[in-house]
Amino acid sequence: MLFLPELTLLGAGLTLFIFSLGKPGSGKIRNLALSLAAVTFLATMLCINSEGTLFYNSYKVDFFSQFFKVLIALATFIVIIFSGKLDGIKEDIQPEYYLFLFMSVLGLMMLVSSVELLAIFISLELSSFAVYLMVPMRKAGKLGGAQVEAGIKYLLYGVVATGLMLYGMSYIYGLTGSTHLAEIADKLSRMYNQPAAVIAVVLVLAGFFYKLALVPLHFWVPDVYEGASNETTSFIATVPKLAAVALLIRIVTLVTPDGNAMTQVLMVCAIASMFYGNLSALVQTDVKRLLGFSGISHAGFVLLGLLTFDLTGYATAMYYIVGYVFMNLACFLVVCTVAQNGDNVSIDDLTGLHKRAPLLALTLTVGLFALAGIPPLVGFTGKFMLLVAALKQGYLLLVTLAAINTAIAIYYYLSIVRITFCTDDADRGSVITGRFHYILCFSLILIIIIMGTIPQKFIDITTTAVQTLV
Amino acid sequence: MDQLLLNTGFPILSVIIFLPLAGALLLLFTKNDTICKNIALLVTSLVAIISIWLIFGFDKSSAQFQFGEHYSWINTLNINYTIGVDGISILLILMTTFIMPFCVLASWSYIKTRIQAFMICMLIMETAMIGVFAALDFVLFYVLWEAMLIPMYMLIAIWGGPRKIYASIKFFLYTLSGSILLLVGIIWLYTANNYSFYIPDMMWQDYSLTAQVYLFLAFFLAFAIKVPMFPFHTWLPAAHVEAPTAGSVVLASILLKMGTYGFLRFALPITPEATVIMMPYVLWLSIAGIIYGGFTALAQSDMKKLIAYSSVGHMGFVTLGIFVLNIDGVEGAILQMVNHGITTGALFLCVGMIYERTHSRELNTARGLGKYMPIFITFLTFFSLSSFGFPGTNSFVGEFMILAGAFEFDTSLGRFPYLALAAIPGAVLAAAYMLRMLQKIIWGGTDNPDQSWISDLNLREIVTLAPFLFFVFWIGLGPQPFLDLIHTSVVQLLDQFHAHQATTVAAANVLLN
Repeated sequence: MLFLPELTLLGAGLTLFIFSLGKPGSGKIRNLALSLAAVTFLATMLCINSEGTLFYNSYKVDFFSQFFKVLIALATFIVIIFSGKLDGIKEDIQPEYYLFLFMSVLGLMMLVSSVELLAIFISLELSSFAVYLMVPMRKAGKLGGAQVEAGIKYLLYGVVATGLMLYGMSYIYGLTGSTHLAEIADKLSRMYNQPAAVIAVVLVLAGFFYKLALVPLHFWVPDVYEGASNETTSFIATVPKLAAVALLIRIVTLVTPDGNAMTQVLMVCAIASMFYGNLSALVQTDVKRLLGFSGISHAGFVLLGLLTFDLTGYATAMYYIVGYVFMNLACFLVVCTVAQNGDNVSIDDLTGLHKRAPLLALTLTVGLFALAGIPPLVGFTGKFMLLVAALKQGYLLLVTLAAINTAIAIYYYLSIVRITFCTDDADRGSVITGRFHYILCFSLILIIIIMGTIPQKFIDITTTAVQTLV
Repeated sequence: MDQLLLNTGFPILSVIIFLPLAGALLLLFTKNDTICKNIALLVTSLVAIISIWLIFGFDKSSAQFQFGEHYSWINTLNINYTIGVDGISILLILMTTFIMPFCVLASWSYIKTRIQAFMICMLIMETAMIGVFAALDFVLFYVLWEAMLIPMYMLIAIWGGPRKIYASIKFFLYTLSGSILLLVGIIWLYTANNYSFYIPDMMWQDYSLTAQVYLFLAFFLAFAIKVPMFPFHTWLPAAHVEAPTAGSVVLASILLKMGTYGFLRFALPITPEATVIMMPYVLWLSIAGIIYGGFTALAQSDMKKLIAYSSVGHMGFVTLGIFVLNIDGVEGAILQMVNHGITTGALFLCVGMIYERTHSRELNTARGLGKYMPIFITFLTFFSLSSFGFPGTNSFVGEFMILAGAFEFDTSLGRFPYLALAAIPGAVLAAAYMLRMLQKIIWGGTDNPDQSWISDLNLREIVTLAPFLFFVFWIGLGPQPFLDLIHTSVVQLLDQFHAHQATTVAAANVLLN
């Protein structure tokens, strides 16, 4: 029972492996992947209340990890639904694509449960390597070799980040003589003000900064977002962020609140991410690239919750990342559906979307306004609570800068909304949407609105989840 | 919570706030355009009728927040759904509920595309606008204040004129970036007030002077942009000109009032000392707005732009009235907010009616309409007279009170009547640009375009304009019932303001000695 979701994913991987030996059609393999994802989701739901430890205490199953597993499975399921027939992926390697997708999800699920440095490292690598492979599996199409370039970039930066993390782990082991987070926390609390301890923790964080795309480990984002197929980008932009935040929370709890140096490091990263992401996004013309840069700034916002070093802050960061995943899914749903033959979508391609596909236009608008942080959508509630949490600790300057960033960000989100709603002239043909899309669009819009207007239930859940950590 | 009189019976405020939203949800499932229009009209009229009960149930002798409702919303942060009405907000709420049905009527034939979406936007706007005036929880206020931007943006961006994209984005960016620091201010107040967002709790506290000045600046930026005060007004002409008629009316009549309402509700009670320090600057900006708005309006050839700039001038009078900080000034300001809502709203409706016929907002193409549209011209004349404060009309009362307040203006250095004198040219300018417009539209010259094919107002249009005219004369000839509603709250506000001032001065003297 403790390991059921992971076993389900392993089984899914094996099934897909068997299918990859033959030559199944893309519709068939899609249905298979969809049902496997649904089964995984059910498995995670079944195990949501299980608790225990596995593998000599290096693998901890608690509400915190199970909650994230449910979300990971749900987000994956949604991505697979709107990926359709994988227009962007070469037809003959689609089973392998799904195989890697499921392996990556497996890695992420293991990651949220890992409480031991080596386990963390192995799960992180499992999840990353699968994605490194998914990126260049894109059809060459109009891009030429951009997808290969993106894959290489992703790999190289990823390896550097992993290297940094391993280096940090070696420091931690050297300082504390243990690889178990619980023991490390205990021993680190007595030496938090030593430079070596700070450096060690910061280096370990680097690995997750990379996943979450925080400055200074954000370099891969724009090119990978653009070079990877729309489906892959949708996955990269949402699911791994959940796991990254989960692990960041786990590791940040190692540090005691008075770790002043840590706060400052996180603060600088947060501000730099927000400004870098938002200012760069202002000039983008490719929707995926734009969303990539906006993702960098949102990652900066998540840090606001982490650097408060208290439970409400962590719970808020969790709430925010969950909201972020749904907002982003809403946007990527539209990107994937509007894209023709799996090509990239530029902002101009969304011209007159309100006529071509009213529901998609509405979904995109709700998603973008939510990302921009306009009430009553989830993005506002999340940002607001993060700002409150940070100001409670007295970080007035940080909060002001973050608020200014919200104002900068609104411009580029609005420019997309403007294109979708206010241009009628060039009709670019209607967009075909299936019944699944309808249900999905409505559910995402509802989730974004409900999480924003009546957030109490969700905050309670994330608070309970965070409380199991301490 | 003692400032809040809880409403135990029929939750009338919540009903008028959420009825339009329910209507909007209903419209989502209505495909037929005519049915959409009828539902929207029915819902807005129903809200207007229900809101009449506010007048009868309102205790004029109490400065408390009445019809209060209080429910927990987000426990973790102590955010509540708290609403209530006092003398400062009641007239504004009533004005909102009364103007909305006419906005729907005015869009009856003006809006031709995507009627369903248009009506949904209007209804969501109504919910947000009433909510802003009734909110007593700062987060609730901010949520509605910002949420309003989306439907308003859509109104301008989808159904607007040729430069709608520029205008709508400018409107959105201006308003949003103005209120972003307000958000920081709200959170700061929350941490300074035992983690409470309840607005009355934040009032009349002893914040340090530095904090007050920063808070005031945050408030000022948000509210001055909304009013809009010179020099933050540049979004207004663009937005007004491009918005559809109903959008212009909502913008001019209701949205602009939120800025001045914000000054009264937040700036004065929360940052009284800073208000006194900043008062001279705000006053001179108001004067600048009055004069600038007047001169710019004089030079316009686009009727909507002319009225938009006249709004800058009129709203200058309102901020002038608020910041002279005496009873005449503040009461006049509140009354003038309502007057401006009625008169300017009606003027925008009039221009919209011309536009529907000639498809132009240019003054020159509307020359000589008087001959062919006698009913229309009668309405237009009265509204124009009202706009420049002709005795007997509503604006006269408001402007008179504000100027009286300005003459009474007392500073620590003695009386300062020059302020009122400086505002007088604004009143003259208003007459100049309004009469110029009237002259052209009624008579024009010898080279008038051929207007003989133009038909006069139909019944729907007369019904739309008549109530505005009714209120122009009612407030103009018998303003007492309106002033009675606001009097107690204004007196209490100013009493507390000056009392707080006195204690601070006394404390400072003790320190000095």
